[in-house]
Amino acid sequence: MITFLLNQTPVQIHEAAPSLSVLDWLRTKSAQRGTKEGCASGDCGACTVVIGAPGDHGVEYRHVNACLMLVGQLHGKHLITVEGLSEPSAQTPEQLHPVQRAMVECHGSQCGFCTPGFIMSMFALYMNFDQCPPRDTVIAHLGGNLCRCTGYRPILDACERMYEYPRSSDTFRPAAQAFFDARQPTPAVMSEGPRQFTAPESLAELLKLRQQWPDARLIAGGTDLSLAFTQALETPAQVISLTDVAELQQMTEHNDCLEIGAAVSYERFLPTLLQHYQEAEEMFHRLGSKQIRHSGTLGGSLGNASPIGDPAPLLLALQADLQLVGPGGSRWVPVSEFFLAYRETVLKDDEVIASVRVPKRRPSQALYCYKISKRIEDDISTVLLVLSFDITDGHMHNVRSGFGGMAAIPMSSESLNAALEGQPLTLDTLEQAGQVLADDFNPMSDVRATRQYRLQVCQNLLLRVGYEQQAMAQVRIQHAAL
Amino acid sequence: MRHFETRLPKSSHNAVGRPSPHDSAVTQVTGRAHYIDDQPLPADALHAYPVLAPVAQGTLKQIDSAEVEQWPGVLAVLTTEDIPGRRDIGPVFPGDVLLVEDRIHYHGQPVAVVVAESYELARRAARAVSVEVDAEAAQLTVQKAVADQRWVRPPFTLTRGDIDQGFAGSDHELAGEISLGGQEHFYLEGQVALVSPTDDGGLFVKCSTQHPSEVQHLVADVLNKPMQAVTVEMRRMGGGFGGKETQAAQWAILAAMAADVTGRTVKLRLARADDFRLTGKRHPFWNRYRVGFDDEGRIQAADIEVNGNCGYSPDLSDAIVDRAMFHADNTYFYEQVRITGHRAKTDTVSHTAFRGFGGPQGMIVAEAIMDDVARHLGKDPADIRRVNLYSPGRDQTPYHQTVDQFVVGDMMQKLMDEADYTSRRQAIAEFNRTSPIIRKGLSITPVKFGISFTVQHLNQAGALVHVYTDGSIHLNHGGTEMGQGLNVKVQQIVAQAFGVPLASVGVSATRTDKVPNTSATAASSGSDLNGMAALNAANTIKQRLIEFLVERDGADPDSFVFEQGQVQYDQGSLTFKELAKAAYEARISLSSTGYYATPKIHFNRAEGKGRPFFYFAHGVSMTEVEVDTLTGEQAVTRVDILHDVGHSLNPAIDIGQIEGGFVQGMGWLTTEDLRWDDQGALASFGPATYKIPAIGDMPAEFNVRLYDSENPETTVFRSKAVGEPPFMLANSVWCAIRDAVSSLSDYRFSPPLTAPATPESILAAVTATRAWSLQKQEHDDAE
Repeated sequence: MITFLLNQTPVQIHEAAPSLSVLDWLRTKSAQRGTKEGCASGDCGACTVVIGAPGDHGVEYRHVNACLMLVGQLHGKHLITVEGLSEPSAQTPEQLHPVQRAMVECHGSQCGFCTPGFIMSMFALYMNFDQCPPRDTVIAHLGGNLCRCTGYRPILDACERMYEYPRSSDTFRPAAQAFFDARQPTPAVMSEGPRQFTAPESLAELLKLRQQWPDARLIAGGTDLSLAFTQALETPAQVISLTDVAELQQMTEHNDCLEIGAAVSYERFLPTLLQHYQEAEEMFHRLGSKQIRHSGTLGGSLGNASPIGDPAPLLLALQADLQLVGPGGSRWVPVSEFFLAYRETVLKDDEVIASVRVPKRRPSQALYCYKISKRIEDDISTVLLVLSFDITDGHMHNVRSGFGGMAAIPMSSESLNAALEGQPLTLDTLEQAGQVLADDFNPMSDVRATRQYRLQVCQNLLLRVGYEQQAMAQVRIQHAAL
Repeated sequence: MRHFETRLPKSSHNAVGRPSPHDSAVTQVTGRAHYIDDQPLPADALHAYPVLAPVAQGTLKQIDSAEVEQWPGVLAVLTTEDIPGRRDIGPVFPGDVLLVEDRIHYHGQPVAVVVAESYELARRAARAVSVEVDAEAAQLTVQKAVADQRWVRPPFTLTRGDIDQGFAGSDHELAGEISLGGQEHFYLEGQVALVSPTDDGGLFVKCSTQHPSEVQHLVADVLNKPMQAVTVEMRRMGGGFGGKETQAAQWAILAAMAADVTGRTVKLRLARADDFRLTGKRHPFWNRYRVGFDDEGRIQAADIEVNGNCGYSPDLSDAIVDRAMFHADNTYFYEQVRITGHRAKTDTVSHTAFRGFGGPQGMIVAEAIMDDVARHLGKDPADIRRVNLYSPGRDQTPYHQTVDQFVVGDMMQKLMDEADYTSRRQAIAEFNRTSPIIRKGLSITPVKFGISFTVQHLNQAGALVHVYTDGSIHLNHGGTEMGQGLNVKVQQIVAQAFGVPLASVGVSATRTDKVPNTSATAASSGSDLNGMAALNAANTIKQRLIEFLVERDGADPDSFVFEQGQVQYDQGSLTFKELAKAAYEARISLSSTGYYATPKIHFNRAEGKGRPFFYFAHGVSMTEVEVDTLTGEQAVTRVDILHDVGHSLNPAIDIGQIEGGFVQGMGWLTTEDLRWDDQGALASFGPATYKIPAIGDMPAEFNVRLYDSENPETTVFRSKAVGEPPFMLANSVWCAIRDAVSSLSDYRFSPPLTAPATPESILAAVTATRAWSLQKQEHDDAE
């Protein structure tokens, strides 16, 4: 049985398809159609809902895409939808939640179809900030919500306006706390006919299930896998959710490395990782949207083995290792040896990715992390270039690179590493070294860019490294989302 | 009454001119606003889904659905053989078949429709139907179509003066070309229709469409029913932008067919990826131009060819390419001019209406020309623009309509003063001289957009107004609400007429049985046409009320003032509610239809002469950008806009249209990149690969103001249309990017810049500019 709190009402689900999304459950099973389907692929934000879960500081609320989360993954959570923000009888702006009132008074809705999703992203902002945060925080919060009508200005205004009204009393946390307190822990199991969903709570349990159901789909954030259900119309016999497995949710700081559980969401591990590698901040803030980063995980991205998954090139350059666990025990594999071919890895059928170990920063280490995409926010990389080296007396040592979008797998360029090793960090060196990229890479032309552009821009990005060193000139465009 | 004067009284109680919120604002923010997919379904409702052709070009051999039809829950698989009536649903010209008959015209073209008990099942079954074809090579490029003279409609040319004489007498000559991408509408609510059979053999259709009357007409024709047996209702769309003008019909018709066959309610909703694949886009264009000009940059001769990539069928392409031609002058007078329009046929989905309707693709040619001329002469592009503006005596458009409102010069001057054009241009040039990577660009571009459907008979509208005995008012009009705020504007107009609070006027869903034979809500005409029709209806009732009191009380008919829910006249006063009740008891009809037809317009297409537009809407925008010359990335850092909406009916709604239009135009010219693979399948078929502007793309500084002027023509309260014109304000983004890149040549080379100006396109322009500069350097060194 799956139990959760929907707005102020406890819900129990015994029967449902294992791959049923929260969105489809809301719209087709529970007649709550305020949450809209814009794309069913996590790219538009129209279906944004807010999920509450017990956290380090009481109940924590995060906005996610309801089209990507499975209904089984609601087990033990608080789901807030647009219907939950104000009374159904509310008619005047004053009777609405401040978030809703601000959208009305700032003329933030035109066709209105994206509006419930924006309202929920703004509500998450409201729940997490007592006062209006700086504009770049607001933009980062709403980067996963698309509006085709307004041009966004009135929506940004509404984010400020909502803080100008008397603050709405929080009826959500008390309700959630009461629900969590009263809840009897039950296994998260749900089925429809022979098809089953389950969410094990321990690694041992997970490995057992994996043997029992070799064809089961493993889902963490679902930010990619859910598209197999909504777009490819796959109907898996079993779905195993990894998000409740305690061991996969751990984050440990060792003396020489950070160990990040494979099912820890981006937003949870980023503050820690970025303390060490602040240069990766832009790349992570452009990895999907806030909604995606609230759900997505390192284990999911690496296991998926996409050539354009953003974390892999960084992990390559940082020489991270993966812990793979199976019935026979655990093994550590360097990220550089994990990918075999297009969407093929060394992970065995009965194994799972348990954690990622990222070495801590060396004092002399420099890191450059550049993402190129057609749109700055929430776009898949055309190319991603990561370069790490130690700098002593102006020379580069221990050069490690990571590239996305340049080959069938995320790859380091050994030729580039070698060409830069021991060389002085100058524009000339970088320009010359860029020539060797053509030796290692033969990128494809596709919907995002041509082969020529990919090569040329990687060579040019090496120059950006050099210009950044000079610190004389403006090196980056001033985009509001950067 | 076909047309009448309206002016707003000087009063602080006017409903018109207020920034009233959208009529559905509260229901939208609470999630209570129903869109079609939100409607509760009857327990036995069914779902329909199209079966798609697997190739872009070829012959359909066989559809094998025998196995799928055995699936539990699958009720039927319908093909063209099951169509009782008309099989071609071309809205103006034939060419759009409902389901493939023999020839397959584009990748994904519907060949059949599956009817099943659930949405998921219908989709899965549709994929499982086996479609056997003889594939042929697809022809996908507009250049090839132009070379082959492969048209969906014949070419058409506008001429004024003698082009050869113009070139012979010109001091300088330049030529260029420009490739413009298409644009996916990306309305957040995809195509959807819900059809229920009625007990008398008719059909009740709910459809997300900008054109309920056309859906009604086509459903009736395809199913061999009279139009009166089909009612179409449309409360609101989750965005339209032209994408639901003609291309909402097919899905409604397929659902109607399924409903008619099964006798049950049927819904058809396209999943987003299929919505991308199966519906037409903004036309990609490939345009060429040759201009002659004098030392001041005055255009002496312009020879322009616009080539619209129409896809496989005419759809609305005749009028769309016409509008591109009508706007290839923009605000500029060409002394001698020839504009040729080609409607190129390619093997893709049929491209269709999209905000601007070809106007943007034509207008940007004029802006490219101004910049090219400026670079050639080493002058400021703003000066070249100003010297070419239409002015008294230089006022004939290429289609022989006389321009008679000359506000663009004043608007440009005001904006340049307010936004410090001159000093910023200097500062930017200074910055660029020493900046190795980032280059800034600045551009000011004007817009002049012709208002009216260029097909004359479409310029008409109807409305229906009822006053109830409690003084509340029911309003219905033929326009459709897609987010643009049409309903609240028409509400304001009716509230203004009766002098009642806005809340007294309720606006209801557009329905073909309330207001018949409507035009599409398109061409920015929604409030011009329907507002006037509603005003006509309200005035008819108001006149009856006045006459009633004149007769009853001997009142002076000129003494009446309707304001704040009160009616005051020389013999007394009463509330509007009291008046409604009294009139009812005196057996006065409190219901009226209203009608409006735009005056003055005419166009002789054979001669290319006339007055296709009632008036022009204007705007000016100034954009500053930053370009990364290493990567081609760009950011729009500041935008200033001054826009002419005449006397605004609702400034909040109008500013929303201007800002939204600008950002949508910016998307077309920057991030929105449609790609087809070499098999003719759309490769960018969803928001993962097709990127509309996100919130951070909004200009960091974004100043939008309304230009204070009234419409010289007698439109409703002297307002102007606002839906499409602001889209083209974004031309300044493209020009500013080109300006930034041009700085690499010290502003002497006008780089080719393919739209959308993606990072790759911009980097190509950077490379070309550097190559030009290098060549020039070598040439100069050699001399």
